[in-house]
Amino acid sequence: MLQDFLNQILPSTVGGLVIGSIYALVALGYTMVYGVLRLINFAHSEIFMIGTFASLVLLTAIAPAAPATFGIAMIGTLLLCMVVSAIASGGAAVLLETVAYRPLRKRGATKLAALISAIGASIFLQELFALEIIPWLTDKPGRNQASAPRFVPRDELFHIGNAAVRLDHVIVIIAAVLVMIALDQTVSKTRIGRGIRATAQDPEAAVLMGVSIDNIVRVTFLLGGAMAGVAGALYLMEIENTVFNVGFVLGIKAFTAAVLGGIGNLRGALLGGIVLGLIENWGAIFLGSQWKDVIAFTVLVIVLMFRPTGILGESLQRARA
Amino acid sequence: MKGDEVTSEETTPRRNPFSAIGHGIDVMRDWWEHAKVWQRYLVYIGAVVFALILPAPAIGSFMSPGADWTSVLVYPIGTYILLAVGLNVVVGQAGLLDLGFVAFFAIGGYNVAYFGTQYHWNYWATVVMGIAMAAVSGVILGAPTLRLRGDYLAIVTLGFGEIVRITANNADVIGGARGITNVPHPPPIFGTKFLLDPAPYYYLMIVAIALVIIFSVRLQKSRVGRAWAAIREDEDAAELMGVPTFKFKLLAFAIGAMIGGLAGGVYAGKAVFIEPNTFPFILSATILAAVVLGGSGNLPGVILGAFLIGWLPERFRDFAEYRILIFGGVLVLMMALRPEGLLPSRRRKAELREGTGGMGAMGAEVAGPTTEASAEVNQ
Repeated sequence: MLQDFLNQILPSTVGGLVIGSIYALVALGYTMVYGVLRLINFAHSEIFMIGTFASLVLLTAIAPAAPATFGIAMIGTLLLCMVVSAIASGGAAVLLETVAYRPLRKRGATKLAALISAIGASIFLQELFALEIIPWLTDKPGRNQASAPRFVPRDELFHIGNAAVRLDHVIVIIAAVLVMIALDQTVSKTRIGRGIRATAQDPEAAVLMGVSIDNIVRVTFLLGGAMAGVAGALYLMEIENTVFNVGFVLGIKAFTAAVLGGIGNLRGALLGGIVLGLIENWGAIFLGSQWKDVIAFTVLVIVLMFRPTGILGESLQRARA
Repeated sequence: MKGDEVTSEETTPRRNPFSAIGHGIDVMRDWWEHAKVWQRYLVYIGAVVFALILPAPAIGSFMSPGADWTSVLVYPIGTYILLAVGLNVVVGQAGLLDLGFVAFFAIGGYNVAYFGTQYHWNYWATVVMGIAMAAVSGVILGAPTLRLRGDYLAIVTLGFGEIVRITANNADVIGGARGITNVPHPPPIFGTKFLLDPAPYYYLMIVAIALVIIFSVRLQKSRVGRAWAAIREDEDAAELMGVPTFKFKLLAFAIGAMIGGLAGGVYAGKAVFIEPNTFPFILSATILAAVVLGGSGNLPGVILGAFLIGWLPERFRDFAEYRILIFGGVLVLMMALRPEGLLPSRRRKAELREGTGGMGAMGAEVAGPTTEASAEVNQ
């Protein structure tokens, strides 16, 4: 048992960091919306799903016939995927906000109503993709998986102990961290970021200071959605297939990551994502990978029991500029 | 008086496509409130007679031309009603959002299947065992999580539902992904054998539903029900008034779980075999849709909602594939247009207008000159 663990700990760590980076990107959307609206955006997992499909459509369209090699074309394709997915997901998130949340917010509805509305939107989007969009994309009826062509080679760059670190691993982690730094800077340095923090801190005072709440909410959904889109592009590049309910379990785990790091806290989302990715991969060494999801959900319950404010605490409200 | 205020609000015109239905319901509700005891009993007897003749083939040929009507009445309709009444205790009465309700259904079903096949226990003993196990797991799940904010609870219960399903999938003791086959049927009652004919199961289901409804109504009118309403409307205020909120929330969770466990037991008695995929998340969402569509907190509404959600896909089988898509759209529309559901209770409607009655308000919400909240202040 111990020998197994020692053999697998390093490869598991690499795997955990990769999937953890994707959790972290998705977690940002939960965290930002929660910070501003005090609301779990239940349909965020579907925003991620839309991101994976945006990349899939793009990749199928430009169908890189050449074998996947490292070069300018590959980096260009990757960047294009990330941008297209970010736009698609960001747009979908704004649309979601307009359709499912705005009417409720205007009426001063309860959180329960908003959550149910979000669940409805989530189910609707999943089924829309399962019944209409995926059959249309794959030309096959039924609830199919859709596979993407490979464009990033699986070259082993270097070894850490017995763990091979591949090019795609490095790309996911670097891209995720860069995008997160960009978001963090946007929220802490720009005017719109100041608006987001002000609204999170005290919406009424923010209105009195001339912040347009509606715009801030829209931008929050846009940014969070774009992060999920980037996550979708990276996920598709790494896993190479997607399905209509790809966001369901991943969404719960990303939410767990957000809570683990401290919901409302951008840097907490990064930390939470990485920690969760590592815990579930390490746990899987002992219990087997079929228990990964159970491990992640158990972590969620334990965190909520003992430290509901997360590792870094909740702080989109606290000014950090 | 609180009641008078609510009534006067009712008379204000609403720009709402459902208001005509609402008026008819109000007339009926007024009659019911002032009905004499014998009139009420007449209605109860009418309901029982209606339930007894419902499986008649004449009704079935219209209601369910494509499938055996009595079977449809047992599953999905009856099972959904039972589950919805149980979830209504948690969501409608105590105002807690449970997204993993199907877990208790699964626990009830698996108990009947496991103890029935492995230890050949009597069916009724396994049902009771299932109810007890569901209650215990409700408490185990609720104890650490019910102190949390309501929306965290939703995610934790969702995770719990998945944990139960994945565990059932991975645990070989209870059959793993293949599930348990040859689940025993209930033993005969008064010479009526429970075999392939769905009719005995239907009457068993009716008895279960009737018992659960009586239980639920008595609870709602008791001190416990008032405590739940207080928690739902304003938890802090309830705590200050001396309501032990945590205890009552846990009780709501346990009672909801027990009803879910009962539903699982009754279902397993007919189903013959039980597998993890009988209990997906979408079933939790479907039952939630039933409760919300009907009017959460109001039993007739909840039953109507569960009936519609169980029946419509069976009646319109051409659209059955699209039913989940339609549920999703209906939930969004419902929350935008008529968050109180088709047949809401007056109290619940008033709560929703005031923005209480469900985990508090959203953040970033500043009452502008057009919102109803500020209009009330101006009156």
